[in-house]
Amino acid sequence: MIALTVNGEDRSVDVPDDMPLLWVLRDIIGLTGTKFGCGIAQCGACTVQLDGQPVRSCVLPVASVGTRHVTTVEAIGATPSGKKVQQAWLDLEVIQCGYCQSGQIMSASALLERNPDPSDGDIDAAMSGNICRCGTYTRIRAAIKQAAKA
Amino acid sequence: MSKPSSSPQKVTSRRAFLQGSGLLLGFTMLGAGIRPGFAAAEPVEGDVTAAFSPDAFIRIDSDGKITFILPNIEMGQGTHTGEATLIAEELEVGLDQVKVVDAPPNDKLYATAALGGQATGGSTSMRATWESLRKAGAAARTMLVAAAAAQWSVPVAECSARLGVVTHQPTGRQLAYGVLADAAGKQPVPTDVKLKDPKDFQLIGKSLRRVDTSGKVNGAVIYGIDVRVPGMKVATVAACPVVGGKLGAVDEKAARAVPGVRDIVKLDNAVAVIGDHFWAAKKGLEALTISWDEGAHAKLSSADMMATLKAASKNKTPIMARQEGDAAGALKAAAKTVEASYELPFLAHAPMEPINCVVHVRADECEIWVGTQVPTQAQGWAAQVTGFPLDKIIVHNHLIGGGFGRRLVAESVGQAVAIAKQVSYPVKVIWTREEDIQHDLYRPAYFDRISAGLGADGLPTVWIDHVAGGSVLGNYIPGGWPQDKLDDDAVEGAAKPPYDLPVIQVDWVREDPPVPITWWRGVGPTHNVFVVESFMDELAHAAGKDPVEYRRALTKNQSRAAGVLELAAEKSGWGSPLPAGSGRGIALHDAFGSFMAAVLEITVSSAGEITLDRAVVAVDCGITINPNTVEAQIEGGLIFGLSAALYSGITFSNGRVDQSNFHDYRILRNNEAPKIEIHHLKSLESPGGIGETATVSAAPALANAIFAATGKRLRSLPFDRNQLKSDGADKTKVSMVPPLAAPLLAVLANSKQRSETGIETDVEAQ
Repeated sequence: MIALTVNGEDRSVDVPDDMPLLWVLRDIIGLTGTKFGCGIAQCGACTVQLDGQPVRSCVLPVASVGTRHVTTVEAIGATPSGKKVQQAWLDLEVIQCGYCQSGQIMSASALLERNPDPSDGDIDAAMSGNICRCGTYTRIRAAIKQAAKA
Repeated sequence: MSKPSSSPQKVTSRRAFLQGSGLLLGFTMLGAGIRPGFAAAEPVEGDVTAAFSPDAFIRIDSDGKITFILPNIEMGQGTHTGEATLIAEELEVGLDQVKVVDAPPNDKLYATAALGGQATGGSTSMRATWESLRKAGAAARTMLVAAAAAQWSVPVAECSARLGVVTHQPTGRQLAYGVLADAAGKQPVPTDVKLKDPKDFQLIGKSLRRVDTSGKVNGAVIYGIDVRVPGMKVATVAACPVVGGKLGAVDEKAARAVPGVRDIVKLDNAVAVIGDHFWAAKKGLEALTISWDEGAHAKLSSADMMATLKAASKNKTPIMARQEGDAAGALKAAAKTVEASYELPFLAHAPMEPINCVVHVRADECEIWVGTQVPTQAQGWAAQVTGFPLDKIIVHNHLIGGGFGRRLVAESVGQAVAIAKQVSYPVKVIWTREEDIQHDLYRPAYFDRISAGLGADGLPTVWIDHVAGGSVLGNYIPGGWPQDKLDDDAVEGAAKPPYDLPVIQVDWVREDPPVPITWWRGVGPTHNVFVVESFMDELAHAAGKDPVEYRRALTKNQSRAAGVLELAAEKSGWGSPLPAGSGRGIALHDAFGSFMAAVLEITVSSAGEITLDRAVVAVDCGITINPNTVEAQIEGGLIFGLSAALYSGITFSNGRVDQSNFHDYRILRNNEAPKIEIHHLKSLESPGGIGETATVSAAPALANAIFAATGKRLRSLPFDRNQLKSDGADKTKVSMVPPLAAPLLAVLANSKQRSETGIETDVEAQ
């Protein structure tokens, strides 16, 4: 059994050590907001936060999470940065198909948590690992700036 | 049951099936379009029922709940919001008063006439429903108002409706729609209704909030891949890596030993492993030792396919698409002639949500949960595989995590049903990204030869465009497409360029590739406008004219095209100086009922790397239903097209797709996206399509900007940066990775490598 703290709740899961956190969240715990996109940390759709740091859960073995707290998109609205990011995303109508946006929101809220006033360069560095096939990039940039001011 | 392929040997059974189930998609040109279900009141399988159900689209309950059943699926393009707006405008309700649901499979009630079946594609949704859904709303409102007037015993003319309430104007008495629902249901359905004058629109033309996004910021939305049903297991699948090949022998021993693996299921051309969760299925699949019967295409390569296409272009007799005037004579008489040829690759769709489908095959029925652009086709596939009648196939449609044409085919539903049929429990089949990219149905490759004669004024006296490529329609519709008949899609965007061309000939040589092909965002115009607009630029330069000035001279009788051309030129500062190494390119086109001119401003480094600095887009898409959605589609469509022009191309070696995931099928990233400005030309024309329009502009605008920046004309997609290096620049190979993304990709590649070692402990996102 592997012990995890997910969105503030203690969980115990009976899964192989090498099972990526993504599939533990989706298939075992039932938190499907975190998405599968590529399986090799190329697209960022699976981004969650470990103690506030964005990580790609599709390549993160569940046994390596340890005592670090896992936060997913289902709970990010409970953090000040997450709430601002979600609101800015809606206000600027960032979202199209929305499939990548869980990961975008997790990366963006982690960015704002550590850097409340990010420059374009900071946004490039934080957000370029998250692919959006609908091409919402210009709005993501604008929404991060709006959330920073909120 | 094999995953149907479109290779010539196998196409018969697939076509027979499509005919058998009476599917009509693509039948427009055969003249078998179906009318949408305005005023159709018959019950629908799986439909929402309510006290007031005046037609196929509107349900109002006695408790006041209002539901719209929308004929087109939401995959990010904003259709749910747009279609709900059309109904709400005439029904006189606010979007916040309404719940929207997807229509169940029903070609009779929910067909898109232009597509001949229930389908979402080709930028047709708003055009197809512009009248029908407003009429549906108006008819329902008429019945509600009549019911209120009857209850009050007052003339209908004294009553009005607003925000779900009918008011008797002289007395101020009010009745809510819910209260009226029963009585309204007894009113006759009006046979004709008067629609609002556009000046009276309350909702249409306003940037109303999208109806589909509130659950997309917190993980609440359930896409097909998120569906979980009791007792469900998860499968992943490997189809034969060679086009048209079959499954040979499978050694299952090691896979059976993987904890959590439950079943191994063999199909004609694929094998699936079913586990308690995706990870068990994936590990199990990797543990299989599979031998494939590679079949006839074991040596197939994209180079050979392009060589075949080039030979066909020269040697085969083309099918004429348009012929006005004596092209050969005019070419002979021209003061100057210009000719060029262009090459376009196969493309994968690569939507962010990989292919997936949940299926439960029971003794006498089959239940399916999937996001599809073609629900009745999904139903048809399941009926064929199970042998059950259509009414025993239940399809739950879901929001789609990106379609772009991929989910206009439902072959993967057929595969999932074939897997689920072999077990007793429900199965969720998920393709890996590798499977998704290597077993797509691709946008075909093309080879086009184009030539023009110029008069003394430098303007074209004759224009000849020879298109060569496969027939998407032929791969798609029941019975195929007659060999001697024009597939309009192949020449869409080429046959009627928005220019005054005195003599024009456009023809098409059909050369179907042995790989499966289908629609891809922008369909015909994405391919043809790249050629037309690149070549128009070539002609301008050959004539020594400015590219905007040249197009201006050719659009004197094309008022809408001229309108967007002028607006884009003005707003982009066309002609104002740019630094060395930078350039502007323009592309003008008319597709899907909309007109667009896009100016792209770029910088090319001495090493050949391209930076997208700025895009300025002018659009005339007729009456705008939701300006914000129009802008979002232009932004996203442009980036989709730029991604393809800069990075995307599917190639084949030894019958296999060479690309496998986002590291070698690159998608534009946030740091590479240009600033985008959009300018609307006010118009009272009927709405045009907008989901694909800007994708069409991307490649030609970029080709022309590259020429402006470097003097080099790139005629092959994706653009090869090696050709853009300045003389004396480092001759090491230019990667397809721009400077800003390189460090990032190194981090990502590193994280991938670490994960593959199996000793990975922590992968930081940045």
